[in-house]
Amino acid sequence: MPQFLLRRIIIALPTIVLISIFVFILQKLLPGDPLLVLAGEERDPETLAFLREKYRLNDPIWMQYLAWIGNALQGDLGISLRTNQPVTELMAQKLPVTIQLAVMSMIFALVIGIPAGILSAVKKGTATDYIANIVALSGLSIPNFWLGIMLILLVSVKWQLLPASGYVPLSEDFGQSIRTMLMPSFVLGTALAATLMRHTRSSMLSVLSADYVRTARAKGLTERVVILKHALRNALTPIVTLIALLFGELVAGAVLTEQIFTIPGFGKLVVDAVFNRDYAVVQGIVLVTAVGFIFMNLFADAMYYVLNPRLRGQ
Amino acid sequence: MTDAALSAEPILTAKPENRVWKKFRNHKSAMVGGVLVAFFVLIALAAPILPIPDPAATDWGAVRKAPSWAHWMGTDEIGRDVMSRMIWGAQASLLAGVVSVSIAVVIGVPLGIVAGYFGGWSDAVISRCTEALLAAPFLILAIALAAFLGPSLANAMIAIGISATPIFIRLTRGQVISVKSEDYVDSARAIGLPTPRILTRYILPNVLPPILVQATLTIATAIIAEAALSFLGLGQQPPEPSWGSMLNTAKNFLNQAPWMALWPGVSIFLVVLGFNLLGDGLRDALDPREH
Repeated sequence: MPQFLLRRIIIALPTIVLISIFVFILQKLLPGDPLLVLAGEERDPETLAFLREKYRLNDPIWMQYLAWIGNALQGDLGISLRTNQPVTELMAQKLPVTIQLAVMSMIFALVIGIPAGILSAVKKGTATDYIANIVALSGLSIPNFWLGIMLILLVSVKWQLLPASGYVPLSEDFGQSIRTMLMPSFVLGTALAATLMRHTRSSMLSVLSADYVRTARAKGLTERVVILKHALRNALTPIVTLIALLFGELVAGAVLTEQIFTIPGFGKLVVDAVFNRDYAVVQGIVLVTAVGFIFMNLFADAMYYVLNPRLRGQ
Repeated sequence: MTDAALSAEPILTAKPENRVWKKFRNHKSAMVGGVLVAFFVLIALAAPILPIPDPAATDWGAVRKAPSWAHWMGTDEIGRDVMSRMIWGAQASLLAGVVSVSIAVVIGVPLGIVAGYFGGWSDAVISRCTEALLAAPFLILAIALAAFLGPSLANAMIAIGISATPIFIRLTRGQVISVKSEDYVDSARAIGLPTPRILTRYILPNVLPPILVQATLTIATAIIAEAALSFLGLGQQPPEPSWGSMLNTAKNFLNQAPWMALWPGVSIFLVVLGFNLLGDGLRDALDPREH
């Protein structure tokens, strides 16, 4: 086990370094001199020189990178130009909101996607399968920000069942917090459910034709036991790893969902930062989500290892 | 062609292209996808000659009017004809889909071929960079790039194109690795053909089918991404029409003018569904395993 994972971690390291270089270069590509803004109207040469020294702009670019990455490793991703808060602190504030959205979306995705995938595999070629596939493909094709707008129109504006926007922390009012998050997590969850359904279906189909499933049937086990105990357990192995990999889609989906339902999370932080030209925040978020994604990848590998005993012999 | 004629024909003369086309034609959902895509392409191309009002012409006497004979899809918050803006917006969406995927293919495929065919250092460098780019979620990367490049339709296309490039590098690399050990490539090398000729004559044509499928499906993703960027204000800039930015305005008038939000969303959905169906159908038709 350690060897398999160790190799994965060693491969991940250069990737993380490269990501940090990309993110660093992004900032250098910015048109114009950011210092001219900081130095104010007068652009006093002495102030400029001072700022240049302060931000190490006179150093060679690789020295600048090393200084930046050194700070980043110590949790210092710079200061937000807009709020004057450290970027790490800002992200830490917004993270719980997005995690709640992500977890609730994932619950929707699992509850819809996996049963639908099993059903459509078991009933392959029937009307049920056909309809499930059409619904899944539609789910992949609907822009989720539009789905959000339509839900607000129906559920909040017309029927007045759920709040259209906002956020209540879980600790403040549990029920209200869940209620406000219900629609956003449904919107985000359905998109993932479509992906999950398609993968569960194909994974189930390949398992259903395996010898041990035929043996189980031959033994006279009921179809229910064959599918739930013998087939599903094996079919779910790749699905568990897929769930870890859907993390990226969750974060990206959260950007638009949070924008529509005005939820003060990670995604809204990116968009606000983009419009306020708060580049340190944008950089920080790209770096953190990318590294987070790599860790989720490692986690998926580890899960695969745990769930698949055949790998342990290697 | 009748069944009898088909079976009388020697198998070897059945060209692969015909077989693929036949499979594709019999694929119902692929044809639905094809029709959807063709419909939007026609509308986008015909925009300048259709008898519709100027998409930028405001009419303060007809602000936020519900769909009627004069304005089939209603009017928006400053009295512009929604249908006319929808039709012109189709141009922006399709253009963004096709141009950004072309960027990704033109950069990604050659890099993938180099990495897959030559291996070694070039592969290590290209593959690590690909993984790094793939680690950043597609839309976050596109938003960040669009933000740094500055908001415009062209920059949104570049940002989406760059974000989609690693998908094509990885796909091409994998395909090339599986094709390069085939006998016909070995033979080509054995008779001393120069490498560029092997790459263009023997490798490229054999890796193209999966790339074509991926490109079709990525156009769908790119159209949603462009709509998302325009929705956030990072794509097409007003007053130029775009489905994404129309949705952005519409969300402020949900109560008074729900039709403003309806049409752009339905159109994005249909055109994206079209490309997804087309891609799935192409995959089935080009898959040599299923005869």
